Amino acid sequence: MSDLAGLYQQLILDHSKNPVGWHPLASPTASSHQVNPTCGDEVTLDIEVREGVIAAVGWQGHGCSISQASASLLAGLVEKSTVENASALLDEFREALRSRGTIELDEERFGDAIALNGVSKYVARVKCAMLPWVALEATLAG
Amino acid sequence: MPLTESEILAIREDFPLLTTTVNGSPLVYLDSAATSQKPLAVLDAERDFYLHRNSAVHRGAHTLAALATEEFEEARATVARFVGVDADEIVWTSNATEGINLVAYGQRLQPGDEIVVTESEHHANLLPWQQLAKRSGATLRFIPVDDEGGLRLDLLPEIVTNRTRVVAFAHVSNVLGTIAPVAELVAAARAVGAIVVLDACQSVPHLPVNLRDLDVDFAVFSGHKMLAPTGIGVLYGRRERLATLPPFLTGGSMITTVTMESAEFLAPPQRFEAGTQRVSQAIALATAIDYLSAIGMDRIAAHGTAISTRLLAGLARIEGVRVLTGRGDRVGLAAFDVEGVHAHDVGQFLDDRGIAVRVGHHCAQPLHRRLGLTATTRASGSIYTTEAEIDFFLEALAEVRTFFGVNA
Repeated sequence: MSDLAGLYQQLILDHSKNPVGWHPLASPTASSHQVNPTCGDEVTLDIEVREGVIAAVGWQGHGCSISQASASLLAGLVEKSTVENASALLDEFREALRSRGTIELDEERFGDAIALNGVSKYVARVKCAMLPWVALEATLAG
Repeated sequence: MPLTESEILAIREDFPLLTTTVNGSPLVYLDSAATSQKPLAVLDAERDFYLHRNSAVHRGAHTLAALATEEFEEARATVARFVGVDADEIVWTSNATEGINLVAYGQRLQPGDEIVVTESEHHANLLPWQQLAKRSGATLRFIPVDDEGGLRLDLLPEIVTNRTRVVAFAHVSNVLGTIAPVAELVAAARAVGAIVVLDACQSVPHLPVNLRDLDVDFAVFSGHKMLAPTGIGVLYGRRERLATLPPFLTGGSMITTVTMESAEFLAPPQRFEAGTQRVSQAIALATAIDYLSAIGMDRIAAHGTAISTRLLAGLARIEGVRVLTGRGDRVGLAAFDVEGVHAHDVGQFLDDRGIAVRVGHHCAQPLHRRLGLTATTRASGSIYTTEAEIDFFLEALAEVRTFFGVNA
């Protein structure tokens, strides 16, 4: 597989076209709007936390296929997860994405989201994949 | 007459960076509107200055200082001749943005006064005026664009009125590539006594420009877009305008007499050149201008037209590509939207083939918003851009929608 095909795996293209969790939440306990100022990509992420568990996740946004697929994959991954686990996933995701291809996402932990592994070799695109995760970080902190 | 293929290939010999390989493919550099590449002559000029004549200008009496000062001022004269004005009307700045801020900070406006820009401005020619309006209580107005990005000149009489103090606009749009109707805009400003500030960043590198003939009060351009290094920009100010403009940055080298309480300032242009100057960059810019002049700006402009024509014809043949055309004559650049594929993804696909383009809003968010877009892809050429490169880019672009699965 070429690097480009590794970056744009079919799963990423599918998620960017048919995103998971694409809706606002009726009663979010926290939400965050993040913008990438260099390209204008946007993600608004809502979470509803009950008793330490992310009971529901919803998001909306627009931008490149990497940022939008990353948000879609994130929504599938952290819904029903504990806040503690979501926070750990965030740390692991950030470490892998910033590793320039030296650290891969753990398939058991990340499932389909390992399709984003190819992004870490493209330093300029790491911020695209991180955009919804930065929103998650803000909602967990808030 | 446009540059011939053999002339372009000879020019490319002067730009070693163009032989770089990117992702296993020869570099196709189509991002010259962001920054141009630099010929050896320019790199050598800067190095030669540091090797043989480096010293501070306009201070000290030793031999090297005198040589450096002479060369620095000769560079100013070269720039002035290139754009048809006098040397004492040329102020060195770090970049064009600094030049616009210098002019904006020098304006003394009040509530009721109005500043006019266009909806297609680069942020560099918008934010300094927004901030001036905020500081002074003046109102910022703009000439809107139509659905193609063309200026709504029909609205000019309503927008440029006897309340207008400043009319600021780009000579060539960095997104649309179109040449503004300078004469019409200047006439409207003159009729109401407003000053005209021209952002010439995308025109001076690609067209013969005579600022005196254009009859503008101020103009800015940037060295790094015209084969020179970063860190050097130019502000032109009509002599009588510079004479009444207060200093922007203050400090050393711009004074006559200083006491603990006050200071007397030098005459322009030194009044606007506080602190240590960008000597090697100014000299390198003059060398870049000599390089461009040796080719001839008329021929460079014709080359830009040839690039533009080939780009537009090729883009029109690719399904799902919408070009932001604007209205009027053009330089050699085109920004476009690929339906169903985000600009960053387009840029990434092209980069994989070694093709360097600009993606994003190109520092013109209001224009993109007006045209219903957030980000576009821009291909821009220069004197070293070949027809084969344009064709290679167009062939790659034609595959983008298929790759991303949107070519239904």
